[in-house]
Amino acid sequence: MNKIKTILRGKFFFIFGPFIFLWLLRYIIPNYTISSKTPHWAYIPPKSCLGGCGSIDGLIPFVDWTNALIQFLRKYEIFGLFTFRDFTRGIASYVDKFLDFTEAVLHKGFPGYDVGPLPWIFILTLTIILGFYLRGWRLALLGGACFSYLILFSKRGIWELSMKSLAAISVSAPLAALIGLCLGILAVKRKRFANFLWPMLNILQSLPHFSYLILVVIFVGIGTKAGVIATVIFAFPPMARLTILGLQNISQEIKEAGVMAGCTKWQMLFKVEIPAARSPIMLGVNQVIMQCLAMIVIAAFIGQPGLGHDLLIRLQGLRLGEAFEIGVAVVLIAITLDRYSQALALKEPERREGNFVKRNPYLCATFFAIIICSILVFLFPFFNEYPKELTVSASVYLDNAIKSFTRSLFVPLGIFRDWMLIYFLMPLKAVFQSMPWTGVILFVGAIGWKLGKMRLALTVMLFVFFIASSGYWVRAMITVYMVFASLIICALIGIPLGIWASKKESRTKIVLNICDIFQTFPSFIYLLPAIMLFQISDVSAIFAIVIYSSIPMVRYTVFGLRNVPQQIIEASITSGCTDRQLLWKVKMPLAFPEIILGANQTLMFALFMVMIAGFIGTVDLSQEIFRALSFSDGGKGLIIGLCVAFIGLTADRLLVEWSSQMKSKLGFKV
Amino acid sequence: MKKIISLFSALILTFALTLSSANADKSGVVKIPTHNWSSQLVGAEVVGELLKMVGEKVEYINMDSQAVYQAMADGDIDLVHEIWEGAFGASYDKAKAGGGIEEILTHDAVTREDWWYPDHVEKLCPGLPDWKALDKCSDKFARADSGGKGVFIGGPVDWLKHDAEKVEALGMNFMVKNAGSADAIWAELDAGVAQGKAVVVFNWSPNFIGAKYPGKFVEFPKHDPACTTDPAWGINKTALYDCGNPASGYLKLAVNADFKNNHPNGYKLLKQMNFSGPDIDKMANYKDTDGLEVSAAAQKWLNDHKSKWEPWVASSK
Repeated sequence: MNKIKTILRGKFFFIFGPFIFLWLLRYIIPNYTISSKTPHWAYIPPKSCLGGCGSIDGLIPFVDWTNALIQFLRKYEIFGLFTFRDFTRGIASYVDKFLDFTEAVLHKGFPGYDVGPLPWIFILTLTIILGFYLRGWRLALLGGACFSYLILFSKRGIWELSMKSLAAISVSAPLAALIGLCLGILAVKRKRFANFLWPMLNILQSLPHFSYLILVVIFVGIGTKAGVIATVIFAFPPMARLTILGLQNISQEIKEAGVMAGCTKWQMLFKVEIPAARSPIMLGVNQVIMQCLAMIVIAAFIGQPGLGHDLLIRLQGLRLGEAFEIGVAVVLIAITLDRYSQALALKEPERREGNFVKRNPYLCATFFAIIICSILVFLFPFFNEYPKELTVSASVYLDNAIKSFTRSLFVPLGIFRDWMLIYFLMPLKAVFQSMPWTGVILFVGAIGWKLGKMRLALTVMLFVFFIASSGYWVRAMITVYMVFASLIICALIGIPLGIWASKKESRTKIVLNICDIFQTFPSFIYLLPAIMLFQISDVSAIFAIVIYSSIPMVRYTVFGLRNVPQQIIEASITSGCTDRQLLWKVKMPLAFPEIILGANQTLMFALFMVMIAGFIGTVDLSQEIFRALSFSDGGKGLIIGLCVAFIGLTADRLLVEWSSQMKSKLGFKV
Repeated sequence: MKKIISLFSALILTFALTLSSANADKSGVVKIPTHNWSSQLVGAEVVGELLKMVGEKVEYINMDSQAVYQAMADGDIDLVHEIWEGAFGASYDKAKAGGGIEEILTHDAVTREDWWYPDHVEKLCPGLPDWKALDKCSDKFARADSGGKGVFIGGPVDWLKHDAEKVEALGMNFMVKNAGSADAIWAELDAGVAQGKAVVVFNWSPNFIGAKYPGKFVEFPKHDPACTTDPAWGINKTALYDCGNPASGYLKLAVNADFKNNHPNGYKLLKQMNFSGPDIDKMANYKDTDGLEVSAAAQKWLNDHKSKWEPWVASSK
């Protein structure tokens, strides 16, 4: 009896459990094959789509219910006055008012008053002064270089496109930050709201963009304002999270000081708590800006003009060089805004003595610069509009470089592709496709239970049950297979790279900077070279996924290894560890929980990218989500989006719990 | 709590009042959609410029080429000037049946969409463009993950093509791989041409890609309306789709049903508009072969075809 118990508790059982279950089932139901038209219910949930998923009921008709709700919101008139759709469209029209202003300043001008948009020289100069103010000449140089690129490489209108994108961001980022801040404050003050908000944030952050784009089109329409609203939905969750985190971690002494000084509730909030939580809140702002930039290309799908829109068009004509130039512009803007907002987050208020000019040197410099620039613009048209003759473009060379690079790799990579498909991906896919849904539910439940929490076990089982009953089980398992295959490859690349990078400070810096660049580079650009190299196959999709989602693996490995306490390392060295022993017996075990978190993040990135890889032509959930997008099928889009979110959340719950248990075993504070 | 409720209802009321004024803001502007292929982008700008000449205000909105028809019926978009029978016929008919759309005209340009191969494939597979010859050398189109069958790269699933049914009805040793986007098709084609490999993809004409990579359509049994409705028609007596796509599909222009009242001048203009096949070709080529920007390409077309559009504008003012 005891023996059986130890077997049941053992790792072996939990890893091989589903395979044993599958093997047993094959004997119970011998007529099962994957391709049979009516597979047994224990393998594939009844009423699932097997081939094409044109219209499908699912075990529980979630899609129909959602569509009925959407239809109700479209048609039903509250108080007989207006529908919910009118309400959302009305809100969007207010967003439009702000947009009209930022667009006029940055690229349209005020034709009614015969005033043009802000000339480039103003934007360049003000950026440089702001850089000086926030941190110093290095930051100013970065900002200046970025905007100089935009001006100089504007042969095909990169400057105007950037201004269009910035006009949209300068509405969406403040809006998202404000919403996140308010929700965060409300969650800290009202416990019941927090219980509601957390799961919502979890789902929102793992929902693929395309699933709510459809809803945005239905309830808001299309164009820049729709793009802004989709961006806000995507960008506010991290702000809310960081606000909650910041407000909760304020030390008790500060709050008590506030109480003793006789603060009212509002004074307490605005004069004590928010200033005390300034750093995490500003970090939240930084995150919001980065998320907004990440949405540039996605928002173009519902009609937002700017860099993203032109990027897609250039890819359409296979003009990779031009697309690459736009991609570089996006990266530069992202890095500049990132560094500027970080500097803003870390900037301490300073006090200067002396007369007005000495007290406010930057304000005066700005004033002075505006006057000089105005005179320049007035006298020389050069400063008003940078002449097109002086712009440059490297797109032809880039195009040739990319194409000849891919062409020189055709033959060796063709062999590699076929090898991967035959010996790794196709067998792996077969394994995932033959997993019975009943077995998978039991498997995740068992892991949850093993981690010691009944509640956790039930939650993850419910997640999997939702996917199974939605009717998209077969497609979902293909998505899981692609993510799993990518995860393995990411680990094989990311962990060694992380180990190598963590050895020296200088290497760490270089590798993390490269990570930054890859993370902000619009991922759509990888897709076409991936197809050219690997054809339309799972290999090209996984290649594109791996490029994007190895980043957190590297980051967390570096972070984990560098955060091993110094005294433990010293103790190991004095007890005579060799370098190899130090790494494998001391550092790696201690960094392992952090690496697991890295794997978790990689998984989330991969799920995000798997949806974009649908543009290559994979037969998984992404294909269905695009179909839903094309036919404005909001219900289907949302339910498939939830399937994707629940795949992510199942893995997230289990991995995070595992990591934190391991951390507490290793004696880290959690 | 009471306070909050009264505040909220006051908010809703003010909101309801401002709603009508807020939404009316942009109704005076003709909203033209732009999609993701070249001739449409340039053509949209041409249509826009012509509308400006008769005194309309114009705004361009980028959007999905299938979703656009519902948007036109809802009034989010005012006109679609390139409705391809093969690619968008289904979405267009569905939206039109729901009301809110007025069909204006059918352009002179005819469209064709079908299986297509670049010229070098003819050497690899003698007997093309006949589909039987293609089927005979299906092994040349096979790949590691196709299980010995030839691979045909089809358009995205939402283009609603019946390639898989066609393969089955004609008993071909091929499988259909749906690309996720048009870009994916061109990337496949580019790689196939560069390596001199056998590729057969979904393509359409007029299209810019024909200028970049010359090629031909595969000749299937000629299309007949009965082919898609009557199983007994054609080689396979028990299946539909045992034929090619229509070799001369329509290219239409349609507007939102309120367009006639809101934009009388524009309506008059659109009624006379008509693009020929070479017009569509040129618009695409100015952009893709000559490398002009969209607006420059549109301007070039306008400059080169004054005799064509000047009468349209003159009689619509």
